[in-house]
Amino acid sequence: MSNAGLWAVVLAGGLGCYLLKLAGLSVPAAWVQRPWVTRVAEFVPAALLAALVAVQAATSGDRLVLDGRLVGLAVAAVALALRAPFIVVLVLAGVAGALVHVLA
Amino acid sequence: MSAARSATLRDAIGLGVAVGLYGVAFGAAAATAGLSPLQALASSLLMFTGASQFALVGVLGAGGGAAAALGSALLLGTRNTLYGVRLAPLLGDRGRWRRVGTAHWVIDETTALAVSAPDPAHARLAFLAGGATIFTLWNATTLAGALGAAALGPTAKAALDAVVPAAFLALLWPRLRGAFPEVGRQRLVALGGAVIALALTPVVPPGVQVIAAVAAVALAGRPPREVTS
Repeated sequence: MSNAGLWAVVLAGGLGCYLLKLAGLSVPAAWVQRPWVTRVAEFVPAALLAALVAVQAATSGDRLVLDGRLVGLAVAAVALALRAPFIVVLVLAGVAGALVHVLA
Repeated sequence: MSAARSATLRDAIGLGVAVGLYGVAFGAAAATAGLSPLQALASSLLMFTGASQFALVGVLGAGGGAAAALGSALLLGTRNTLYGVRLAPLLGDRGRWRRVGTAHWVIDETTALAVSAPDPAHARLAFLAGGATIFTLWNATTLAGALGAAALGPTAKAALDAVVPAAFLALLWPRLRGAFPEVGRQRLVALGGAVIALALTPVVPPGVQVIAAVAAVALAGRPPREVTS
């Protein structure tokens, strides 16, 4: 994407995310607190974040790819299960990814 | 300063420092996706909601177009609308202009701080102290991460490529953990989202599979009866 295109996406994202926040403080609660709205909002993050994990770890363009990213992800999952701090999780994932790169 | 007041400040600033560290990961992810350090910083200053920012650069980094990147960022941003509804009575901003300023800091962490405070006065303090700490550190660490990533060699780039999915997993993890409400269904929806995204990757334009994964929300089904508040 062009530099101007990236700026447009960043600025539009900033405006949109801000307006979503402002709406919550401003609109009557009854508009937002419909059961299906809260239901969807409670589960959207799980669906989207898991999709992003999968796409970031195991795809490249339109292909499925197995490489050091997936090894890093597995290491991160173990570290998270052991309740390691965030920064430790990222460092371990990065070290695993770098190791696979060096070995491969 | 009262004990409750200093405890509130300590919690708010402690959480702010911890969250600020995520900014390094975001800055690095933004640089990997092709954003300049200034664009990474602008995202943190203007969007200021971590999951949406990660989604935006994640989709762009995967080769996705503007619509897919914005769509996933805004879908994740709808969380903050619900937070605002909960925060409005606690923050008690009667004036329109106060709300316009307060709104920018309505995110996961400030909401958690405010709703767990003992009363509205402390809720407001926790919101403002947490918001100020997180906003300052998040932007400073974003810039540091973006500048740092720009100077990396190939092995360090491979390390960074592995850090980005791990950062998404760390954002997702609390929702999959035992204490989270309806954790079984959260796990099912997460699994569904990942499967949809991978299955669609070969057949749709980059980024679209992430938006399509929202369909997995249907796996959540109806709310259990006791959660009708």
